[in-house]
Amino acid sequence: MEWIGFANYAVYMAIFICIYALLSLGLNIQWGFTGLFNAGIAGFFAVGAYTSAVLTSPAADGRLGGFDLPFWVGWIGAMVAAALIAWPIGKICLRFRSDYLAIATIGVAEIIRLVIKSEDWLTNSARGITDIPRPLGDLPYTMSQLAYLAIVMAILLVVYLMVERQIASPWGRMMRAIRDNEDAARAMGKDVPYRRLEAFIFGSALMGLGGALFAHFNRSITPEAIDPMVATFLVWIMLILGGSGNNRGAILGVAVVWVIWSVSEIVTDQFPHEYAVKAKYLRIFLIGLMLQLVLRFRPEGLLPEASGERKPVGKTGN
Amino acid sequence: MLEVDQLVMSYGGFRAVDNCSLSVAEGSITGLIGPNGAGKTTLFNLVAGAFPPTSGRIRYLGEDITGLSTDRRFHLGLVRTFQIPHEFHRLTVMENLMMVPPHQAGEALLANWLTWGKVRRNEEEVHQRARETLAFLELEHVAEERAGNLSGGQKKLLELGRTMMTDARLVLLDEPAAGVNRTLLRKLEEKIAILNKERGYTFILIEHDMEMIEKLCHPVICMAEGRVLIEGDFATVRADERVLEAYLGETVGAPE
Repeated sequence: MEWIGFANYAVYMAIFICIYALLSLGLNIQWGFTGLFNAGIAGFFAVGAYTSAVLTSPAADGRLGGFDLPFWVGWIGAMVAAALIAWPIGKICLRFRSDYLAIATIGVAEIIRLVIKSEDWLTNSARGITDIPRPLGDLPYTMSQLAYLAIVMAILLVVYLMVERQIASPWGRMMRAIRDNEDAARAMGKDVPYRRLEAFIFGSALMGLGGALFAHFNRSITPEAIDPMVATFLVWIMLILGGSGNNRGAILGVAVVWVIWSVSEIVTDQFPHEYAVKAKYLRIFLIGLMLQLVLRFRPEGLLPEASGERKPVGKTGN
Repeated sequence: MLEVDQLVMSYGGFRAVDNCSLSVAEGSITGLIGPNGAGKTTLFNLVAGAFPPTSGRIRYLGEDITGLSTDRRFHLGLVRTFQIPHEFHRLTVMENLMMVPPHQAGEALLANWLTWGKVRRNEEEVHQRARETLAFLELEHVAEERAGNLSGGQKKLLELGRTMMTDARLVLLDEPAAGVNRTLLRKLEEKIAILNKERGYTFILIEHDMEMIEKLCHPVICMAEGRVLIEGDFATVRADERVLEAYLGETVGAPE
């Protein structure tokens, strides 16, 4: 591969890593710190992507909007919409214990996917929404890619710092306590359902933001992008492999899995056509195998949850 | 302080608590004894609000709290410990204590960004209080240990320590001595007595260790088959025929 093509590809991968890192951080808040088994990441991703798409794309016939608003309005809107959708879902589903919550959220994500796929007036159904503006998207290709990478990296940095600080605060301590022992947390006066709902909404808003960044990067969004394999289960694998309960682990897991996932695609694409199609399934197998190995030999992930006192805000010397 | 009135808890046909009525005076350490399956822990769960009773009422500080959730009861100073330690196993011992105080400034979402100074001052107070608690329980050396790594006895102490992190008024202790070695047990007795005298905690104590009951508790209530069998001082209860019968050959005073 020519070096410029290689550099372009690296930038392309890095952008995806940043987007997935947002999903992974969102899931880390829900699962890693609060113990909520959300198996419907794709749903919140989709809500974010489509909300921003409708808000920022130019007016089009036959569907809602577009409203041609600035991209940042779309991104904030994406977070708000994902949070608003998460609220009733959380209200209903968080009463279930972990495995039932997983089933319920898979169902909800599927409902969202079907609504998007079939509601012409809202999402233009299978044709999807196109002409989504990308900030600094008028620059030449390489520059535009680099600019977008800078934007998503800056957003990821802000989100990472925000989540870290939230988890190091008494709020995070309370959440980890709820995760470790719900009955005891309740007996210590914590309003468990309300706090879980907070974490669920917070995490889902980040997933919505991830969806919006994806849509603007692609300049279009179609229902095919809401595939539970790549938008839900891949994120789970990333978080578990990286180390749930550790935000740096969550990001590291994204980088490792995404590099394997996309480089293996290049490899399988080199095969003759009839094998290339089959080889695609080999990639899923490869990721599954990796998950098995991690769970068997390093269940806490590459970077395990920190033990010992976090640098709390109020740490006073002993 | 606490009045339990004709409380019933039935699981299908089985009545774990069956028309149980009792009252607990402020400032007392009330012992609750009875053979296994007498309904003691179920009664605790009802008083603490872990689940609602089938029928009957619970009054605390003159108010009916029957419909109140566990966390609301905690805010009224009604605090419990668990028979099987319910520590937050991936949190440190220090964090286990620091999470307890109610209404902490940093418990609101984004407070750590918006009102950082307030959160920090609040954390310092909580940290100080947790250190005092650890010193009282002589657990300072394990402050930074994960709570899941503690010994059974240390976990029992931690359970007691959590009740000290709030302004408790009535503390329900469920078998604080079970699985605790002799030396630690005497220490535990001491701590409970001090908390009762100096902090004015009222205790209800479920225990099978009769020595501990004898030393600490007045009055003693014996339950059997979900009901109160007899209430009185330890000597009276111990001598009562019905109590001996309830234990059915189990030697009173034998450690579990």
